[in-house]
Amino acid sequence: MITHTAMEFIKKKLCEGERLDDRKLKEYREIVIERGVGENAEGSARVKIGQTEVIAGIKMQVGEPFKDTPNEGILITSAEFMPFSSSEVEPGPPTVDEIELGRVIDRGIREGKVIDLEKLCIVEGEKVWTIFVDIYLVNDDGNMYDASSLAVMNALMDVKIPKLDENYEIIEGEFNGKLPIRHKVVSLTAYKVGNVIFYDPNAKEEEVVDARLTAGIRDDGKIVSLQKGMEGSFKYDEIIPTLRELKERGLEFIGKYVQ
Amino acid sequence: MGESKRKVVYPGEIIYEGIDALPGLGVYRVEEKIISKHIGVVNKKGRIINVVPLNGVYMPKQDDFVIGEIIDIGVNFWLVDIHSPYDAFLGIYDITEFVDKEIDISEIYDVGDLIYAKVSRVTKTKYVNLTMKDSQAKRLYKGYVIDVSPSKVPRIIGKGGSMIKTIKDLTQTKIIVGQNGRIWIQGKNADLAAEAILFVEENALMEGLTDKVSEYIKSKT
Amino acid sequence: MSRKFIRNDGRKPEELRRPYKIKLGVVPRANGSALVQSGKTIVMAAVYGPKKVIPKHLEDQEKAILRCRYNMITFSVKDRKKPGPDKRSAEISKLIENALSNVVMLEEYPRTAIDIYLEVIQADAGTRVAALTAASLALADAGIAMKDLIPSTAAGRVNGHIVLDLNKEEEDVEDAIDLPFAYIPSTKEVVLLQMDGIADIEEIEEIIEMAKKGCDKIYEMQIKAIKEKYGSYLEE
Repeated sequence: MITHTAMEFIKKKLCEGERLDDRKLKEYREIVIERGVGENAEGSARVKIGQTEVIAGIKMQVGEPFKDTPNEGILITSAEFMPFSSSEVEPGPPTVDEIELGRVIDRGIREGKVIDLEKLCIVEGEKVWTIFVDIYLVNDDGNMYDASSLAVMNALMDVKIPKLDENYEIIEGEFNGKLPIRHKVVSLTAYKVGNVIFYDPNAKEEEVVDARLTAGIRDDGKIVSLQKGMEGSFKYDEIIPTLRELKERGLEFIGKYVQ
Repeated sequence: MGESKRKVVYPGEIIYEGIDALPGLGVYRVEEKIISKHIGVVNKKGRIINVVPLNGVYMPKQDDFVIGEIIDIGVNFWLVDIHSPYDAFLGIYDITEFVDKEIDISEIYDVGDLIYAKVSRVTKTKYVNLTMKDSQAKRLYKGYVIDVSPSKVPRIIGKGGSMIKTIKDLTQTKIIVGQNGRIWIQGKNADLAAEAILFVEENALMEGLTDKVSEYIKSKT
Repeated sequence: MSRKFIRNDGRKPEELRRPYKIKLGVVPRANGSALVQSGKTIVMAAVYGPKKVIPKHLEDQEKAILRCRYNMITFSVKDRKKPGPDKRSAEISKLIENALSNVVMLEEYPRTAIDIYLEVIQADAGTRVAALTAASLALADAGIAMKDLIPSTAAGRVNGHIVLDLNKEEEDVEDAIDLPFAYIPSTKEVVLLQMDGIADIEEIEEIIEMAKKGCDKIYEMQIKAIKEKYGSYLEE
């Protein structure tokens, strides 16, 4: 939490197009990507955007398919803010903010058809791979949506599929190739305060934000998901220009950070 | 207001455009437009445009007279339920009785007692003070109390008090209507008066309502 | 986009479902209520408040707290829905709450709570937009101060055609796009925007334009529903 006066000041600065750390409105902080941060995960990644840190891990288990998709693997995404990630987080069951983050990232991956789920069928109608995507916010200094999306995409690229024995049990330490990834998707977010649209807020800036718009951008330039978040709004005429900016940035980020 | 029909407006409806009118209650201004906040009727008083809501809970206003029930007692105040999201405070210096420092103030008003009091002050965060220091304010003894929607109070009172007078006369009861939608009735036919008032509340939009109420009461006696 | 395209239920692309019905005062016990039906989708909304905040420590000295609960009843869908909240309903509740907070003048009701209950009686896609349409009317019906009403609907793409107010069968078509949308007519502020499906920006542009036009139609119907309950004129 920051004081009311400080919030007013930050808001005023942003509305005048200025930021406390001298960045431009559309400028991101330094982004650092690291894969393979959890040995017990089938895939993992750490993403830092400035001081914001997110780790994502993928665990794979053999499970039963859903009745309506007997020949497809299952994707389950959840997000948790570690209690020490900011002073506002309290341990306990998932909060609506955690749920929303998990669902927005999930939709980008799912709707973007990032993973060829049919290739994760082991025995039709009986056994399929279940992919658990777990996002942990380690340190919250703003823009956790973008950090989480980059972390998840990198973690998915990092996955080594475990080898199974004849009883469909996982053989420890043996692997059978990578995930069948068809597309790369990143979900990026535009933030709005007053009449100004900007990117990558730090935690202080995020406290004065009115609304955010997150778009899933696929490597072929398609938009695969949208979500207007937070209490405020975007003007009708701002939506399409903002999407164009997000798309351009998304394609740039896929090239730079998801290799 | 001269005209006998008033337009029903909705939240977001532009009521007036121009700088010569002023926004009053129940409206807001954007540039030159005066816009309604409620489903309600427009009430113009001079240059001031108000919208009177047709529904809603009681929001205390200074100088309103309300019927309240004592619900708690502090060291030097009573807490009063006024049929609103906000309870009101009645301080020991806001009553007409002299208060001796040694006295247990529940001997003056106890939990469950009813008062007809004036709203003396409402703060921005809606802390409400009542006063009994007004010639109209009084303690209400044995009676029948009903709660109606506060927005129906003007209808229940009627033009120049005509509706409530009709009900009082026909049922031979004493009735006090609080602006908070709480109504106190005393007399042998209190039940019937209460029924008549609820009939008015239910049929607030009906035309020629005063006559219909007379018929209603007569049919029950 | 071909104008001759006829949809699975006989609608033109830019048509809302039939019947599209709005009614106020469907839960008389509540401070305000409304029902919205779009084809087979039926949602009821009811408002309690402004009222005292329980527990008291949740009180905000400066404004009312708005609490929204979106819920699907167990037999609203073909396979019985497990009762109680889940992640989807938690997210939708929050999105509707966020949208409504743009119009409700919460600062007029400090230290109170306004509770909005949304119950999906029957689900055939588009439940969140019907719920939001109903919620803003239930708030108005409760006499709560608001900047404007919020009309909401979805538009999308089905079999290559841009269409309004998708039903479940349309939503389930391979490669369908569904874009739930809501805006404040007086300010053109977009307060609900989501999308599932794979689209070009040009398509999204067409889809939100259709959604906006749909909202304008719904707005007319919201106003009509208000007049149906309260009348157009009131006798002095």
